[in-house]
Amino acid sequence: MNRIQQKLQEDKKLLSLYFTAGYPAINDTLSILTQLQDNGVDMVEIGLPFSDPLADGPTIQASSTAALNNGMTTTLLFEQLKDVRKTIHIPLILMGYFNPMLQYGVEQFCAKCQEIGIDGIIMPDLPLAEYETDYKAIFEKYGLINVFLITPQTSDDRIRQIDAASDGFIYMVSSASTTGNISGFGNTQSDYFKRIARMNLKNPQVVGFGIKDAQTFAAATEYQKGAIIGSAFIKHITENGAESVAEFIKKIR
Amino acid sequence: MTYQADDRGYYGDFGGAFIPEMLYPNVEELRSQYVQIMQEPSFQEEFKQLLKDYVGRPTPLYYAERFSKKYGTKIYLKREDLCHTGAHKVNNTIGQILMAKRLGKNRIIAETGAGQHGVATATVCALMGLECIVYMGAIDIERQAPNVARMKMLGATVRPAMSGSRTLKDATNEAIRDWINNPVDTHYIIGSVVGPHPYPDMVARFQSVISEETKKQLLEKEGRENPDYVVACVGGGSNAAGLYYHYLDEPEVGIIAVEAAGKGIDSGESAATSALGREGIIHGSKTLLMQTDDGQITEPYSISAGLDYPGVGPMHAHLFRSGRGEFISVTDQDAMTAGLELSKLEGIIPAIETSHALAIFETRKFKEDDVVVINLSGRGDKDLNTFIEYFDL
Repeated sequence: MNRIQQKLQEDKKLLSLYFTAGYPAINDTLSILTQLQDNGVDMVEIGLPFSDPLADGPTIQASSTAALNNGMTTTLLFEQLKDVRKTIHIPLILMGYFNPMLQYGVEQFCAKCQEIGIDGIIMPDLPLAEYETDYKAIFEKYGLINVFLITPQTSDDRIRQIDAASDGFIYMVSSASTTGNISGFGNTQSDYFKRIARMNLKNPQVVGFGIKDAQTFAAATEYQKGAIIGSAFIKHITENGAESVAEFIKKIR
Repeated sequence: MTYQADDRGYYGDFGGAFIPEMLYPNVEELRSQYVQIMQEPSFQEEFKQLLKDYVGRPTPLYYAERFSKKYGTKIYLKREDLCHTGAHKVNNTIGQILMAKRLGKNRIIAETGAGQHGVATATVCALMGLECIVYMGAIDIERQAPNVARMKMLGATVRPAMSGSRTLKDATNEAIRDWINNPVDTHYIIGSVVGPHPYPDMVARFQSVISEETKKQLLEKEGRENPDYVVACVGGGSNAAGLYYHYLDEPEVGIIAVEAAGKGIDSGESAATSALGREGIIHGSKTLLMQTDDGQITEPYSISAGLDYPGVGPMHAHLFRSGRGEFISVTDQDAMTAGLELSKLEGIIPAIETSHALAIFETRKFKEDDVVVINLSGRGDKDLNTFIEYFDL
């Protein structure tokens, strides 16, 4: 069983963190991962920076641009992560945009992930239809879980299709938005969280976009299995430095 | 065998819809309805009426006698520069604003580089009384002040794209982000045959009026619908798609696409995507694009802002890879010279984009009785400052 699937079976609400590899400094990747694990984070999305991150708001865009200017590449990230499983045991997911993966070679990329011990992939711009036709077999061959997104606008039919195609968790985008663009949760989100919970999907759901503190984490995990924090964490390390991870996690739980 | 898009929006290996799930409902709504809406008689009637009375169509197909004589072949100019707002762009914005109305949208967003598509979008929004927001790179806003003023006069809000290189590519990213944040009431009017399916096909269909008219006009003038060659400049490629459209599956018609070489293909400052690009994903479409080995999209260069795009529409990527299209690249210098030459020989000042297409005759030779149709996609008024500085006029 994949580390993600094992983690999802634990009887607790999961806290997952996103950070952009190569930010703030090029060699912060392992230090940030270690701090996240030491502070009880359940799962991590490692962001592979892209020049044109369409689904991201200003905070993650800026961190991606900075990471690329620092010299981050797919090859370098794989190099930094080559011994990661000697010390890091929590599930690791690579999150990015599809073009860099395509240029690396989808099969080579997946093979490298397996070799390193990456458990899953989130590629927001690799849609369900293209994935199933062209890439599913490759992801599965290398034991990688592909995570799909749903939003409040996603129809029930499509949610069922995505549930059927998923084998880990569903990434629930909390509102129609790019990352880091929501100030808090209201009734709309709460209705949406309840509606999805009532669908009794086979995959647990993890909520992302708009989670930044203990209150939003609690709201996001009232009906769902876990929550992912991205922009708020990037903002924190931008202001307080890459060694200040513990301080941030303590504010969440 | 056809060179048109299939029902998944693929031209051969290129096209598709590589979009985040947040955009899926918007794009799917459009995809599932666009063909049907376009084929409704009431839509066709309104579209044709506006093209006639508002845009000024049909545009003339003009036999350029002195230009032809100079290059020893028969050259016709399809006069899209005479369209309202000065370029072919308005054919597409008229079509898409009618589409937006039928989809019940009341807020319009667009991206623009030099400002031509922004002006064409602001124009149709004024015409229909719809809110209009145009994203434009902060650097382009500085470079293209007159078009920014035009958009404001037309009632549009111009929002600067501050991310990345702050040019067309980033303006497109910002427009897509706006659409993600406003999924219900907003329609995104993309200005070229780029973006996720159904945009490349839909925009090509709206622009196809160019070749539809050309066929009729050429029949009157030459006694045949098909020229020997159709020639157009290609940035994203919407004017080219319009001129090629009804000739794509007519093998006796040669298709010539002219890209911007900038300061030269190997200079590091170029926008010749077919020569310098590799297959990848840009703005939701699988196509040829200029990028680093690592898959980061790079910034192109051309003196012409309208050709300054790191990708190319998937139709054109397929024309290139399949060999159906002949791709030629033209430098800044050769384009500027050709623009000046057409002005002096025919009394027509072309846009710098179009000037690239006019520049091929110095090196690409045609037979005396060949009939060559060039899409004169836009007028040069907007480029006057560039011409003044370049030639010290």
